[in-house]
Amino acid sequence: MSVTPKVEVSRRGFLKGAGLTAATTVLDSAAAIAHEAREAMQEDRSVGPNALPVKLHVNGQDHTVTIEPRYTLAETLRDNLGLTGTKVVCDRGSCSACTIWMDGIPTLACMTLAIDSVGRKITTIEGLSQGDRMHPVQAAFVKHDAMQCGFCTPGMVMSCAALLERNHDPQLADVKHAVSGNLCRCGTYPKVFAATLEVAQEGKRTARLLTLNTAVEA
Amino acid sequence: MAAEIMLTGELLQESATQQKLPADKSATTRVDKFVFGIPQNGLTEIEREVPLDEPPPLPQNSELLYIGKPTPRYDGAAKAMGRGKYTADVQLPGMLYARMVDATIPHGRITSIDTSAAEKLPGVKAVHVIEHTYGLAELRDPKQEVPSRYPVIRYAGQPIAGVAAISPQIASDAAALIKVTYDAMPFVVDRQAARAADAPAVFPGPADAAGSAGGGGGPKGVQQVGNVHGPQRRNVGDVEKGFAEADAIVESEYFTQVQTHSALETHGFVVDWKPEELTIYASTQGTSSVRDEFAEVFKLPKSQVRVITEYMGGGFGAKFGAGNEGVVAANLSRKAKAPVKLMLDRKQEHIVCNRPDSHQKLKIGAKKDGTLTAIKLESYGTAGVGTGAGTAGPATNLYKCPNLLTEEYDVFINAGPGAAFRAPGHPPGCFAFEQAIDELAVKLNMDPLAFRDKIDDSPTRKVERKIILERTNWAKRRQAGADSGPVKRGMGIAQSVWYRFVNMNSSCEVRVSRDGSVELMSAVQDLGTGTKTLLAIVVADEFGIPPADVVIRIGDTRYPIGPDSGGSVTAGSITPAVRNAAFQVKQKLFAAVAPKLGTTPDNLVLRKGQVVFKNDDSKSYSIKQLAAKLPTSEISARATRGAEYSKERLTYGGVDYVELAVDTETGRVHIEKVFGAHDCGRPINPMGVISQINGGIIQGISYALFEERVMDRKQGYMLNANLENYKILGAREVPEIEIELVENYIAQSSTDAAGIGESAGIITLAAAIGNAFYNATGVRMRRIPMTPANVLAALGKASLEVTA
Repeated sequence: MSVTPKVEVSRRGFLKGAGLTAATTVLDSAAAIAHEAREAMQEDRSVGPNALPVKLHVNGQDHTVTIEPRYTLAETLRDNLGLTGTKVVCDRGSCSACTIWMDGIPTLACMTLAIDSVGRKITTIEGLSQGDRMHPVQAAFVKHDAMQCGFCTPGMVMSCAALLERNHDPQLADVKHAVSGNLCRCGTYPKVFAATLEVAQEGKRTARLLTLNTAVEA
Repeated sequence: MAAEIMLTGELLQESATQQKLPADKSATTRVDKFVFGIPQNGLTEIEREVPLDEPPPLPQNSELLYIGKPTPRYDGAAKAMGRGKYTADVQLPGMLYARMVDATIPHGRITSIDTSAAEKLPGVKAVHVIEHTYGLAELRDPKQEVPSRYPVIRYAGQPIAGVAAISPQIASDAAALIKVTYDAMPFVVDRQAARAADAPAVFPGPADAAGSAGGGGGPKGVQQVGNVHGPQRRNVGDVEKGFAEADAIVESEYFTQVQTHSALETHGFVVDWKPEELTIYASTQGTSSVRDEFAEVFKLPKSQVRVITEYMGGGFGAKFGAGNEGVVAANLSRKAKAPVKLMLDRKQEHIVCNRPDSHQKLKIGAKKDGTLTAIKLESYGTAGVGTGAGTAGPATNLYKCPNLLTEEYDVFINAGPGAAFRAPGHPPGCFAFEQAIDELAVKLNMDPLAFRDKIDDSPTRKVERKIILERTNWAKRRQAGADSGPVKRGMGIAQSVWYRFVNMNSSCEVRVSRDGSVELMSAVQDLGTGTKTLLAIVVADEFGIPPADVVIRIGDTRYPIGPDSGGSVTAGSITPAVRNAAFQVKQKLFAAVAPKLGTTPDNLVLRKGQVVFKNDDSKSYSIKQLAAKLPTSEISARATRGAEYSKERLTYGGVDYVELAVDTETGRVHIEKVFGAHDCGRPINPMGVISQINGGIIQGISYALFEERVMDRKQGYMLNANLENYKILGAREVPEIEIELVENYIAQSSTDAAGIGESAGIITLAAAIGNAFYNATGVRMRRIPMTPANVLAALGKASLEVTA
């Protein structure tokens, strides 16, 4: 039986490789994982996939967790880091309940492997507030009662807060688009729209005030 | 697993039995005057005989400090910040994760189950094979079943076993290693096919299903021929005579689909089996029913079973009792000697519960002046391996009619069991009945709203119709099919009825400490409906402190018993107990501190948040100042809900108005505007009530336009058990929604509160959309969901294989 040399890093091979060699060193960057994987591939080893220590940067802090390469980011956040604000509802990318930010971009944590998050800046619902001080979107959600059972709420908040980061003057259609992937079974959508639009309006007001102040100072 | 209360859309006459009315009229009562009626009609007063320990009557909401004022959700910040701990989030030291193994065939006998490979997998701590499956109908005569070592499989996805391991991933690996072999039997997953004389029998003999504490379940002991169970028949007057007297008759068939609950948090439990106590974290609508069922199944005293539900991710009727997953989790925990978390996955959630479908034949007759003369309904529906597909609630209880005949049949098929689902039987029943009423109005050449003024004697719905007439475009309604272009617009209304149920298992304790802190404790749970908030409001109003200052501790059976949340019973059942306890502890506080203030307790009264002397307004204290004078470090009072003040049978309801556009080329239906006018007694927190109505309307649109369980007829399993192919309404399909609450002072309890879960729009929307669709196109949609394919078929633009 001939041995076919591996010339490409398939997902499966990559996982096996990473699982094999990394047990002794913490993989703390995407480059480190790639390096480990390449070495494993060159040696054509195919044992694994065992747990490996990886470093995740979550809500401004580094955490080292020992996980199997197959663990999703959602599972790792919830089961390994105890950050259960990120909810798992469909576990296949169709409901957005697990929305987190990766380098500031809304991302589905159930569709992302934890090892693919190494070296990235992860923000979860727990990291959106400053201690007990709510993010303006969270405060507006409470004010407008944009929640009932609350299971979709963290994902909704993350989607709406991300919208306001990239669009300071959203219209209703923009908010609907931003949460078009976030399913809610209790039917809180209208209040989600109202809460988000109000934060945007307040942001505009604050911006206007700042402009005025600047003008006065000038 | 017996049903405590049945909420299947039964006749009012039968369903008011839970109310225990005062029998003993010794000197323990007094007569109070209560505010009564609907503000729009002018409020009046009514006298009621009430027990002496009941608090004085409340004035109308506008005169109260917190009751009736929009109040932000008690746990809103925790939810918005991701801090609420749901059952799915519970983590205990040494906790294991469990997975269920489900049947891969729709009907058959298990010949072997090999768990050895799973047990050998490193990290696996326990395996449990189910001995008895709950949730299916049970044979009246078990001897009709050929004896079998394992439970007979009657639907694909039926739970068979569970496995617990140190991680969810290993539990999944282990579940895949459990080998089950079957002796397959013929199956049927189609309601119409199951009615045939030669259809495969789902059960080898007559079988009945119990409902849950949330309702569902069908009649017991009725005739069963093949898979057809029933009818449950109700016959009042003589319908044939009624039709003979009619000037106009409408007669049609209607079809509705199976809807799955799709609560975002799946069913699940964390069970910690210890010799001294069984602790259960449950995603449930009833901590008490869960405790009772675990005690029953494991033959434990209730005192050794503790159930906790701090946060709950939606139930909609499907989450009562222990469930198969709860029993499996407890067995695994007992075997592994460690806490076990078992949450169903999304596929399992879609399969284990649903709202039954229906095929309804409906005939209504009326005289020229609109007087109804006869209503006849025959309905067939499938609740899979369960029962409870009856749809006669609206036809029976919405309007008075001297001649009524309803016959409800359940049809067994090899699919997951039906369960109570928000107003069981009413959304499909209303879809048919309120469209037929609309059609009758057209036939009588009457305005559909005016027609309802004629036949509906509910004073609240009369006010609600008036609001809709004044606040919507109804007066500008055009002839059916008036638009000439491909996009046609129309408007329609439909009405709902639901029943005032009260659960007497409603108790609480209110505690005041010397530092002024106030706590409320009850086992009642908050599903997301806002129970915590409305309890805080009731206590706050009694003490004159902000609702946010009241500490609410609920969802734990260590506290006094609370009602299960099904059938819109929670607010109406628990709030009087809460107000009574708060009132009683306040009286104790006054009695304890009055001597220190140099007065008598009866000279103390709460006004605008301050306790003042009745005879001297200048003497004013906060509750905190008074509590500081307590001789002991705390005082408390416990109260249980008293009987309803009158025997009157009450209903709630609503009227919903829809504007829509139908694209007759693509078959798409766009809902543009919904206006809902609804009543639920005295609203305690209008903000929360409106949230629930929003939700009911949105679920109702979702039911009308999108949702449908699809079964593979050849293979016998659910094809779309996920959230991408089982479509629920998303943000882009949300119309403009406006809601008006109608206060209705009913003088039935110390709070007059009532629930809104059922009559919140889920009942009416499919019918209102159907009526608007007719107004837009001149064509009746008698089948939901109104998908493009079904719409084009109804418009005669595409052929659709009629399957039901």
